[in-house]
Amino acid sequence: MSRVVVAGYGPTAHRFVEALRERGFGGRITVIGEEPRPAYDRVALTSYLTGASLADLTYEVPEGVETLLGTRVTGIDRQARTVTTAGGATVPYDVLVLATGSAPFVPPVPGAEHAHVYRTIDDLDAIREASDGAAEGVVVGGGLLGLEAADALRGLGLRTHIVEMSPWLMPRQVDEGGGAVLKGHIEGLGLSVHAGAGVQEIVTDAEGRVTGLRKPDGTLLDAQIVVFSAGIRPRDELARAAGIDVGERGGVVVDAGMRTSDPAVYAIGECALAGGQVYGLVGPCNTMAEVAADRVLGGTAVFEGADLSTKLKLLGVEVAQFGAMSGALDVTYMDPVGGVYKRLFISDDARTLLGGICVGDAAPYATLRPFVGKPLPAAPADLLFTGTGAADLDLPDEAQVCSCNNVSAGAVRAAVADKGVTDVPGIKACTRAGTTCGSCVPMLKQLLERSGVELSKALCEHFTYSRAELFDIIRVRGVTTFSELIAHHGTGRGCDICKPTVASILASLHNGHVLEGERAALQDTNDAYLANIQKNGTYSVVPRIPGGEITPDKLIVIGEVARDFGLYTKITGGQRIDLFGARVEQLPQIWKRLVDAGFESGHAYGKALRTVKSCVGSTWCRYGVQDSVGLAIALELRYRGLRAPHKLKSAVSGCARECAEARSKDFGIIATEQGWNLYVGGNGGFKPRHADLFASDLSTEELVRTIDRFLMYYIRTADRLQRTAAWIESIEGGLDHVRDVIVNDSLGLCAELDAQMAHHVTTYEDEWRATIEDPEKLSRFVSFVNAPGVPDPSIVFERERDQIKPMVVTP
Amino acid sequence: MTMTLPATWTTVCDYHALLPERGVCALVGGEQVAVFRTFDGAVHAIGNLDPFSGAHVLSRGIVGTRGGEPTVASPLHKQVFSLVTGACLDEPGAAVPTYPARVVDGRVEVAARAALPEQDGPVHASGRSLVDAP
Repeated sequence: MSRVVVAGYGPTAHRFVEALRERGFGGRITVIGEEPRPAYDRVALTSYLTGASLADLTYEVPEGVETLLGTRVTGIDRQARTVTTAGGATVPYDVLVLATGSAPFVPPVPGAEHAHVYRTIDDLDAIREASDGAAEGVVVGGGLLGLEAADALRGLGLRTHIVEMSPWLMPRQVDEGGGAVLKGHIEGLGLSVHAGAGVQEIVTDAEGRVTGLRKPDGTLLDAQIVVFSAGIRPRDELARAAGIDVGERGGVVVDAGMRTSDPAVYAIGECALAGGQVYGLVGPCNTMAEVAADRVLGGTAVFEGADLSTKLKLLGVEVAQFGAMSGALDVTYMDPVGGVYKRLFISDDARTLLGGICVGDAAPYATLRPFVGKPLPAAPADLLFTGTGAADLDLPDEAQVCSCNNVSAGAVRAAVADKGVTDVPGIKACTRAGTTCGSCVPMLKQLLERSGVELSKALCEHFTYSRAELFDIIRVRGVTTFSELIAHHGTGRGCDICKPTVASILASLHNGHVLEGERAALQDTNDAYLANIQKNGTYSVVPRIPGGEITPDKLIVIGEVARDFGLYTKITGGQRIDLFGARVEQLPQIWKRLVDAGFESGHAYGKALRTVKSCVGSTWCRYGVQDSVGLAIALELRYRGLRAPHKLKSAVSGCARECAEARSKDFGIIATEQGWNLYVGGNGGFKPRHADLFASDLSTEELVRTIDRFLMYYIRTADRLQRTAAWIESIEGGLDHVRDVIVNDSLGLCAELDAQMAHHVTTYEDEWRATIEDPEKLSRFVSFVNAPGVPDPSIVFERERDQIKPMVVTP
Repeated sequence: MTMTLPATWTTVCDYHALLPERGVCALVGGEQVAVFRTFDGAVHAIGNLDPFSGAHVLSRGIVGTRGGEPTVASPLHKQVFSLVTGACLDEPGAAVPTYPARVVDGRVEVAARAALPEQDGPVHASGRSLVDAP
């Protein structure tokens, strides 16, 4: 078997070795990387400064791939087919793949050696360190990467200037009109834009510290950090030294199969010059990696150039560009007040779409990009307002839907027709479409809807509505009982799906005891008996231990109760204690003992808030920066008993070491020096997922308000048994939309969400106490209605490790 | 084939103590019987043993309808049983016994001997538990 050596370990190299492995390459693969770490997601680089950890961004090294990290290839011996490394090692190859990437271009101005660049984790660490004590920063370069860097400086709390040589920002993606609107957005955020300006010098003080940047006209911008982000240069020095052909202006020349002038050497990614062009976007680089992998295995794949269309959100502004940036005819929409600019370019016979530019609203992008070069699907003026709602355009099969992974509309249709895919996650798994930048997800949904797949949103045979629709019906019509709801809006008498769903909605909206009146008949057995049913029909009991903090006296009470009732005890993952093996008639007696000692229900049985875990926090821990226990207790007591579409878990960590594992929770909080970072949408379980950063450095008051709204918006709109992660993923616009609704009040809902949470907090009562104080409810807790004193004789235990366990009954 | 046996009626509880669409469990002739009152006021009795889990829990399931037929869903793994025939509507072949039930003078009565529904598959009756009822 042959040996493949890859020089460079960035995202393109990663995609290449992944593709080799996926296609069954059985030979030896060695990747030599300059950075001391495996490849990471550079598209998401900025998130590293706003809370994402290196681990979040890092790709897993595919199985069986050898890595040589923290060193680099220094020479190629094409005759011997070996490379040498900086450390002096000689590595033989049968196939060598150059994936050395590019280097940021730093113009040769005086003082340039004191400037930063924005490409690697080390660059970001250096910028973060330099920002300490700095007040102002300048980014040189107003393109895509420059604006990313400017966003990062702004995020570090610096007053930020952007210096761009061209007369407007993002000259590769937008025209002058779009640039003007973009500038308006960015200045509105407090950044200063200096377009049509160059750099004279970087000014430093006597100790060599940066104090500013001088423009050619002599004006000085005060700054303690300067970041160059003014383009990239392919790293072709290895090829050049080895006599492999390189382009006049840089880049390793490759043919359509990504092969260089040496047939044993390939080049992919930003170091390659393919069809006379160097590509700096993730989509084309991924395609090159796939083509090279296919060729190494004897295939005939070709790289036919790439669509350089882009859609992104920079500094909160949507910018998109697709196809050509000029044409014989064009249609333009400009709204300087709303900050929206859209322009479409059309052929001279007004029949073919050539391209378009969007700033401030990129909704038409996903729909229109596949029509580039094809007949206009509708009147040009209507197309300017095409968005996710206008689903009346039929895409041709060959139209590319996902440019990051090169997936056509036909491939998506095939997945639906041949593989029985019925939802967007299914399409993602099957085709990879939508898994990189996600901008084509609305398109995928549209294709799915138009494929004729019946996506029923009916909850069950009794209601044709989804949970969210039932929630609105109940809220708007003021429905208070299941019987009223099903009589007017459903059929039959319900089932184990709709009844608990409606019970949960009624509880979320009206609070009140879950066993009151007719509502008792709607509850799943866990809610009906306020405990968790186990395999032998007994129940487990979990008293609330807010934040996991408990006094010795209360611990002793739990121990005594367990001992007196002969219960099995286990510490849960949520920092509390579970007591197993209680028979129905024992439950009220157990609760009585616990309630008398100051405990209450822990709602371990409900689709409701479970626990808010915490680390010990600043009170005891030498690393803690905030009182995580105090906050966890306050949050657990605020949201206790809150019924939701699924269980809700939370945790609070007192510092960035994250001992409470907050990022595996529906809402997790991590302390910062300035306050609290809020993460949402995490869970453990079958499909573990880390929570995403939602807001940073919040005061406790801001934090609580944000969580209040997040939870209430989730309760209002999520599907039955949909955890927060799946809910966010299913929402049009995802996390950005949720943030818009909750932080910017884009739907005008916040006052209502706040009022609903206030109602919950003020009307909460302990369900256990209310039950033991009500003889009518209490009468339900018997094993046999005609023999109340008799325990269920079918419940039998054996012993294991000094505790009880159910005797196994095989039906 | 449905067996019909002379009934020995056992009083279970007051009718008004049986809440609509909630079950209770009663000991009838030494067997655990789940008794339900549906929304229309009718009473039904079936075996309390869930044949899938081996636990005596059916009286604690959610009562509803499927295609108009009154049902209860096992609280453990949600298989749905007809309250009229005892047949499992999710797994053909599985069933629980049914018992005659009636209301006399405001009291709910259940007959001691079960009638097993007509079927081809194995019968999962209440006698399969490890521990016999007293």
